[in-house]
Amino acid sequence: MDMKLVALVPLLPLIGVLINGLFGAWIKERAHLIAVTAAGLSCLVAFVVFFQTLGGATLDWDVYPWLNVGDLKVPIGFLVDPLSTVMMLVVTFVGFLIHVYSIGYMHGDRGYARFFTYLNLFMFSMLMLVLANNYLLMFLGWEGVGLCSYLLIGFWYEKKSAADAGKKAFVVNRIGDAGFILGLFFIWTTFGSLKYTEVFAAVNPELGVGIYTTITLLLFVGATGKSAQLPLYVWLPDAMEGPTPVSALIHAATMVTAGVYMVARSNALFNLAPFSLEVVAWVGALTAVFAATIALVQNDIKRVVAYSTISQLGYMFLGAGAGAYPSAVFHLGTHAFFKALLFLGCGSVIHSLHGEQDMRKMGGLRKAMPITTWTFLLASLANAGIFPLAGFWSKDEILFNAFVRGLTIPWLLGLIGAFLTAFYMFRLFFQVFTGHFRGDHHTAHHLHESPPNMAYPLLVLGVLSVIAGLVLGFPPDHGLYHRYVAPIFEVAHESEAVVEHAVSAATEHAAGASELVMAAVSLAVALAGIGLAYLFYVKRPDIPAALADKLRGLYNLLLNKYWVDELYEAIFIHFGKRFCGFLWVVDARVVDGAVNGSSWLTMRLSAISSWHDMKIVDGLVNAIADLIQGGSFTLRRLQTGAIQNYILAMALGIVGMVAFYLFL
Amino acid sequence: MVPLSYYLILSVILFGIGMFGALTRRNAVGILMALELMFNAVNLNFVAFSRYLPQALMQGQIFAIFVITVAAAEAAVGLAIVLGLYRNFQTINVDEINLMKW
Repeated sequence: MDMKLVALVPLLPLIGVLINGLFGAWIKERAHLIAVTAAGLSCLVAFVVFFQTLGGATLDWDVYPWLNVGDLKVPIGFLVDPLSTVMMLVVTFVGFLIHVYSIGYMHGDRGYARFFTYLNLFMFSMLMLVLANNYLLMFLGWEGVGLCSYLLIGFWYEKKSAADAGKKAFVVNRIGDAGFILGLFFIWTTFGSLKYTEVFAAVNPELGVGIYTTITLLLFVGATGKSAQLPLYVWLPDAMEGPTPVSALIHAATMVTAGVYMVARSNALFNLAPFSLEVVAWVGALTAVFAATIALVQNDIKRVVAYSTISQLGYMFLGAGAGAYPSAVFHLGTHAFFKALLFLGCGSVIHSLHGEQDMRKMGGLRKAMPITTWTFLLASLANAGIFPLAGFWSKDEILFNAFVRGLTIPWLLGLIGAFLTAFYMFRLFFQVFTGHFRGDHHTAHHLHESPPNMAYPLLVLGVLSVIAGLVLGFPPDHGLYHRYVAPIFEVAHESEAVVEHAVSAATEHAAGASELVMAAVSLAVALAGIGLAYLFYVKRPDIPAALADKLRGLYNLLLNKYWVDELYEAIFIHFGKRFCGFLWVVDARVVDGAVNGSSWLTMRLSAISSWHDMKIVDGLVNAIADLIQGGSFTLRRLQTGAIQNYILAMALGIVGMVAFYLFL
Repeated sequence: MVPLSYYLILSVILFGIGMFGALTRRNAVGILMALELMFNAVNLNFVAFSRYLPQALMQGQIFAIFVITVAAAEAAVGLAIVLGLYRNFQTINVDEINLMKW
């Protein structure tokens, strides 16, 4: 079969959007039939395409020219290579499962058809982002997913907090996008093209490090916005206002990883900018720890998972910054499975508790919800990085690579993050699923396991969370997955050598032995985190409260998320409002003043002009008319109407003429 | 032979009488009759010049016949107008027919 089938992958969800978007009012409760079919077929086609790429085939296909302005030629085109295929598989597969899950979760919602329209639109945008063969088309998808994110966070727009969260996500993303666009401008002016193949072919260290650093830093600004890294992560926790399947699909598994994909895709550029790579690694590591510390004390179940997502995204960037792009993308994939599973598990819990999200009012759900509990446990273990679950392999690879590349402090931060991750994941797990139920009796009676269409996606993702790492990622750095994506990053390694960013062979060799030690260390750290959580929340539930009392300041700092929102509010929003106020005054006084002044002047001028018209122009016309009228009144008397008068006049005239000739 | 001036003087007198009649008569038929007098004064001139001017052949006399013919037609038309006037105004006194007057 033809690889051009790949066009169907984004096209099918788009068809779903058109059908549900245009006829949603009639389709109503049957909207999922179309949306889920579209997502499922899209996933199927994605797998067909994937099998074709297994032999090493790639496709760079310009479907048709999209923009043709001067020298700027941008096609609508698809690039199918191992990297985009991996992303495509993750997006379509997780997307399909979440579509299925949404049937149950969104059942009976007023905006059922609207929800599925947005969800399909998101799939389309995300697939365009991933499959594009040039930066501008990627940006189209990038903005498309941003729009869908906005629409879906504010899905319950009657709720002010949801509408506000949507706006916040949109505005914060816009800041990142500004950086991305500037990056694109630089790429265009430097390489004269936006197509990946042409740009990467033109990459040449002789252009100087400066331009690469500029481009990559600007691209990374875009990535921090979309992938919720410091300092633009603030929108992601608030994005939890959206329906939970949305949180799972957009704000955990796919959209937020777009930044990682973009960095991995641009690896040829990043490899020539060592400073940018260092920035990426540091930002990633700091975000990983920063978000993890906040997650320690949050009480909203979804927010804990949201901060965990930010933290895990930090790991991906740490990996990318260490030059271990395959590991970053690998973590992206495994993370998509277990984080989607965590969110869907949260959704299942929230669904069962009728919208309750406060962990302090949960507990003991193990008995009522066995499937959710077990799958959630697997996902938590995977997220904590416990051998041999998916998260272990990918996270360990990242930490190992960071260490090998000499990023010792970021590596240490990553290790601390791993400890914190294990702790907060099991704090959540113990609080929600073990012990006694702490909610009211009414809710307690209605505890129930979710319906099959919600439970099956959980099971599938649970299985993947367990085996994905082992099957695809063993042995580390040389697993099935790594051999599959190796061709894309091979080029990267070569250029790396040019800028002497590569690790010397000696270190590599020494590292080989320490790899096992490192894995053991990170596993020990994770187990310690779990043990501490067990001690705090199962054995001695009094400790956390006592500790919070003792370290009141620190606790409040974390509970209030380092007051970053308030800080931004004070600095940017307050300043922004003041600036707007100033601009309003300028508008009201200067601009309006000028407008009013000119209108006043116009009125005066027209008054003069009207006087001139009435008195002088009209006067002249009237005067002439009067003259003619008066003259004709006089002359009219000549016309007596009596023929004989005329004849007399004629005769006299003749006499006069004759006299004239005769006597003069 | 009677000199040319005699004819011309007669013609002038005739034309003057005709002109006077046309200007002073109030009766439309009278005016028409005065017009006939003027025609005939002109005819007299034509014939006289035709006879007395050496280079003239018969043009003057032919023209006189034309004038008589046209005058006959003119009289017919004029009398028809007078009839029309009478039907509309029950009078042929031209002073009373002043519809076109301002």
